[in-house]
Amino acid sequence: MPDVNIATRPITLAIMAMGGQGGGVLSDWIIHLAESNGYLAQATSVPGVAQRTGATIYYLELFPEDEAQRAGQAPVLALMPSPGDVDIVLAAEFMEAGRALERGLVTPDRTTVIASSHRVYGITEKSAMGDGILDPEPVREQLRQNALRFIEFDMEATARRQGSVISAVLLGALAGSQTLPFPREAFEQAIRDGGIGVTASLRAFEESYRQAQGRAPHAQPDTTSPRPGEAAPRPEASELVALKAEIDACFPEPAREVIHQGALRLIDYQDAAYASEYLALLQQRLPLLQQEACDHNLLRELARHLALWLSYEDTIRVADLKIRRDRADRVRSEVKADPDQIVYTAEFMHPRVEEICDTLPPGLGRWVLRTGWVRRPLAKLTERGRRISPQKLRGFLLLMSVASLRRWRRKTLRYREERERIDAWLSAVDRALAISPEVATEVIKAQGLIKGYGDTHLRGLKNFDTVMQAFEHHGDASDAATRLRQLRSASLADEKGETLKQRVGEWQPTKPGQSEEDPARITIKQL
Amino acid sequence: MAERTFVEEVKKLRLGEGETFQGEGILAVTKALLQSGVAYVGGYQGAPISHLMDVLADAQPILEELGVHFENNASEAAAAAMLAASVNYPLRGAVAWKSTVGTNVASDALANLASGGVTGGALIIVGEDYGDGSSIMQERTHAFAMKSQIWLLDPRPNLPSIVKAVEHGFALSEASNTPVMLELRIRACHVHGRFQTQANRSPDFTIDDALANPVRDTSRIVLPPASFQHEHEKVTTRWPAAVHYIKQHGLNETFPGAHDEIGLILQGGLYNSVIRGLERLGLADTFGNSRIPLYVLNVTYPLVDDELEAFCADKRAVLMIEEGQPDYLEQALASILRRADITTRIHGKDVLPKAGEYNGQVMLRGLRDFLSAAAPDLLPAPEAQPTLDIPPPALPPRPPGFCTGCPERPIFTAMKLVERELGPRHVSCDIGCHLFSILPPFNIGNTTMGYGLGASAASAFHGSKGGRAISVMGDGGFWHNGLTNGVANAVYNGDDDVLLIVDNYYSAATGGQDLPSSRAKNPLRHTNIPIEQAVKGVGVKWVRVVDHTYDVQRMKNTLTEALTTREKGPKVIIAQSECMLNKQRREKPKVRQALKEGKRTVRQRFGVDSDTCTGDHACIRISGCPSLSIRPNPDPLREHPVAQVDNTCVGCGLCGEAAHAAVLCPSFYRADVISHPNRWDRLLHRWRQGLIQRLQAWREKRLAQLPPSAHLTGEPHA
Repeated sequence: MPDVNIATRPITLAIMAMGGQGGGVLSDWIIHLAESNGYLAQATSVPGVAQRTGATIYYLELFPEDEAQRAGQAPVLALMPSPGDVDIVLAAEFMEAGRALERGLVTPDRTTVIASSHRVYGITEKSAMGDGILDPEPVREQLRQNALRFIEFDMEATARRQGSVISAVLLGALAGSQTLPFPREAFEQAIRDGGIGVTASLRAFEESYRQAQGRAPHAQPDTTSPRPGEAAPRPEASELVALKAEIDACFPEPAREVIHQGALRLIDYQDAAYASEYLALLQQRLPLLQQEACDHNLLRELARHLALWLSYEDTIRVADLKIRRDRADRVRSEVKADPDQIVYTAEFMHPRVEEICDTLPPGLGRWVLRTGWVRRPLAKLTERGRRISPQKLRGFLLLMSVASLRRWRRKTLRYREERERIDAWLSAVDRALAISPEVATEVIKAQGLIKGYGDTHLRGLKNFDTVMQAFEHHGDASDAATRLRQLRSASLADEKGETLKQRVGEWQPTKPGQSEEDPARITIKQL
Repeated sequence: MAERTFVEEVKKLRLGEGETFQGEGILAVTKALLQSGVAYVGGYQGAPISHLMDVLADAQPILEELGVHFENNASEAAAAAMLAASVNYPLRGAVAWKSTVGTNVASDALANLASGGVTGGALIIVGEDYGDGSSIMQERTHAFAMKSQIWLLDPRPNLPSIVKAVEHGFALSEASNTPVMLELRIRACHVHGRFQTQANRSPDFTIDDALANPVRDTSRIVLPPASFQHEHEKVTTRWPAAVHYIKQHGLNETFPGAHDEIGLILQGGLYNSVIRGLERLGLADTFGNSRIPLYVLNVTYPLVDDELEAFCADKRAVLMIEEGQPDYLEQALASILRRADITTRIHGKDVLPKAGEYNGQVMLRGLRDFLSAAAPDLLPAPEAQPTLDIPPPALPPRPPGFCTGCPERPIFTAMKLVERELGPRHVSCDIGCHLFSILPPFNIGNTTMGYGLGASAASAFHGSKGGRAISVMGDGGFWHNGLTNGVANAVYNGDDDVLLIVDNYYSAATGGQDLPSSRAKNPLRHTNIPIEQAVKGVGVKWVRVVDHTYDVQRMKNTLTEALTTREKGPKVIIAQSECMLNKQRREKPKVRQALKEGKRTVRQRFGVDSDTCTGDHACIRISGCPSLSIRPNPDPLREHPVAQVDNTCVGCGLCGEAAHAAVLCPSFYRADVISHPNRWDRLLHRWRQGLIQRLQAWREKRLAQLPPSAHLTGEPHA
């Protein structure tokens, strides 16, 4: 007869991981740990395609062997986690802890959640055309509310520091949480018996054990890494001081920081005069910006976007950045090279006729672009991309000569075109300011759509033009700001611009007979 | 070479009488086969059965000692056909595959096998890939058992029960001259547990004995008039014999309970979930002692009428717990009880979902609904019921995708680029890793109709004037049946479409097993048979081999040529590069060793310049490599995250190639990291660095002295 009063229940653990994160290794360690310490262990998982980068759950149940012997029966252990029935959730990535929440595996009466705070972004977050990163805060909030205990630190960073893997860190945190009835030594023995990467795993275990117990300061997820090796602006210090003084004198305090950043970038991009010009353009708009009852956000945004546009990415800029002194160091740290290793890079560049013409004087550039017999052979020449190594003399000299075109930048076709666009945009900003600060914000922010190189840049320009045209036609409509914001996010919804087209259509219904539908195409109704 | 080596696990296959085996369910099955005196084994890999095939491949010495023949069958149909050896001879044979897909492929041979019946025990181990994490259509193997009359075992998911099921499976097969299927759910295949072993047994009768004494019995061949006789035999002799064996050996288990006015009837495989549900309702303990009687169907086909009648006779209501649909068992139970005039109320898919996996939550809810209908007084007070629902936060979906450095990714990058130029097309996909193309970021592909059927699935479009369709097929599918069904038939029917064969040297999706076209030197198998020759052998004229898929430009040009050439007949492109998972498994230890020995090694990996990256992520949209990720933009003026390559990069080169072919942006660089550089490296590096640093210094000085710009000298701007 069942004795439901025997309170001994299995300890249940769910490991939330992604393929390749070592969830299987962790599961094996825990099985070994349990079996060598008087527990029966049952573990299972669903490998298969999930192993290839998908999310996967390993599930374990542990039951004291002597209890089973006393009863003379084997326990019946479940093969999958159920809501309300999980004691420990181990998550090898933060949003995967959220997945445990979503599946109802985290309940306040029993679940200890041990999660790494680092993020591994999902494909939809990564492939978004702008910022697609999901906010982890709601997950964190719910975990705090729903878990019995919540242990969180950047385990990926711990693993990196100790030259180990995240599974060892998770095991250390599990031991440190003291949720399993085994002493620390038993955990370490399990790692030793596993026999792979023992020393590094033990180091990671050690640090993580302390972190889980709150003895070492928890490393916070690193979101605001300082820009490594920001290129030092070259003009003499006095010029910089003067510039700073000018900004301080002319602009309200809350906007000074970003304006200063913008000015520095433009000195770095071109020269001090270019920065002064930037300040002048801002200053001209200052009365308009301040007369509004708006906050300083508008000025800050304008300062930011104007600086970005003035420092548009051209071949000269790219070459300039690639041959800088600090860049080689940045690459070294990025690829984690030891001091005694030698690093060469090959830069993947693909300048086309368009980019070449961009750096020619306007007349010549336009002539080449429209003169087939010149253009075609050039296009043939630039059909394949080039790999250039700035650490080797040839590559360096080539890039340096391109970078040295900087002093003629203001005489190039690209500069002429960009300045025309910038001026048109600025005058639109002025007109928008006359309507409302909200509309002006949207007009300013539309600049963010222009980014990238080649086709990406063209697409951005096209989307920008669409938004600006909408402003020109309907800028004074009552819902203009909302509509413009919708257009801006629609521009970033897909590469083909279908969402944008649809949004524009909603705003401005096309007249009948203007349909762009290809008559050969039949719309197939989806079931 | 498979994805995992099982050298350690294989040792467990040698355990003798009364020792304890600790390990995975599917390995326990392998051990049980050897304990049962099996004479030959075979099958086709695919989760969750792959490990069984891999272990057998690694266990060759043990199999030889015991005199067991092991065959890597070409397909499930071939594996099922192999069981023909048990028709005339008292040979115990076992084959394994993923179900229901494998059973679908095998069903022709299975039907023939089941018609004539068997002399030796024939066991088919099916890994039921159903429910969470499954990669195939959701169906039941049960239907195949019923249609061909093959007995179906569904043991409780613990190692002793599974091992017992293997042993009884052979005996039941022999007692009833019928093949037997052993159905293991995916979690049972991978469950870690323990059981007491017995010594391995050499087969009493071996394949050598059989060939030395050939037997011919026309009454076992499926041809009239024997075939008509077979049908009668099935119901008059074999079925009763099976029922007798099941009853005699108590294969189904009855567990008593105090509240015997109700009862639960369940598939053995669901036992643990049912007990956990009862336990959480306070109606059972952890050891499975239940207050409600249980009748556990370790054999789900055939049912034993009298056992069911006896169990139900004195009950007010029973619950049939049967996963999947249609509800064959519930229907059968209704018919059995009706015939016996037993009025017990039957619950089943009225309280449990009609479709989908019965996980813990579903089971708990179903049991509660059953109790509230049939015995509400047994239900715990509502407050004791666990609360289940909280509104979930937004989470990123994580679909499976191509691995870091996967050679198949550049193929789809190229297809994406071709699509941009020539427009979208109908793409017929196949089974294999390449099917991940249908997911983001590629979103390429319209249908998948089965293993090796990529080309066949496009055959309706032959001769269309609307442009050429593209079909994709992997090397696994090619050898499974694609060569005949797909390629040869495309030639025969004058097909004008494009077939892309992805040759990554392995059956990669199932765990990296070897194939006829594998490049590895496999001591047990004959490999290195080129797909190109096979394709030409069946008459394809237009064949292009791209032997380095990472060359996106070449891949793109080849695809464009195939889509636009005036030449008639099928256009076959064979895209070859080794599966990166397997390549790294082989190469990594070598590199580690070389580094340890202080040898000069060059590691290549990619990076993104955060200075020039503007955060559009077009690179991610045409690649989707796991090591290509994003991070917050370090530029204070920019908002959108920049792309970055993390240290898991294997330097396959796709990023750079894609940046070139798609004219993306100049942010990508390849870093060649030279460890233990030799003297020449160091000298050259020092010399280069010296010169370049001097140039950099000169440049910095010169820039500082740039004259005041044109703006100050009066040139008007725009």
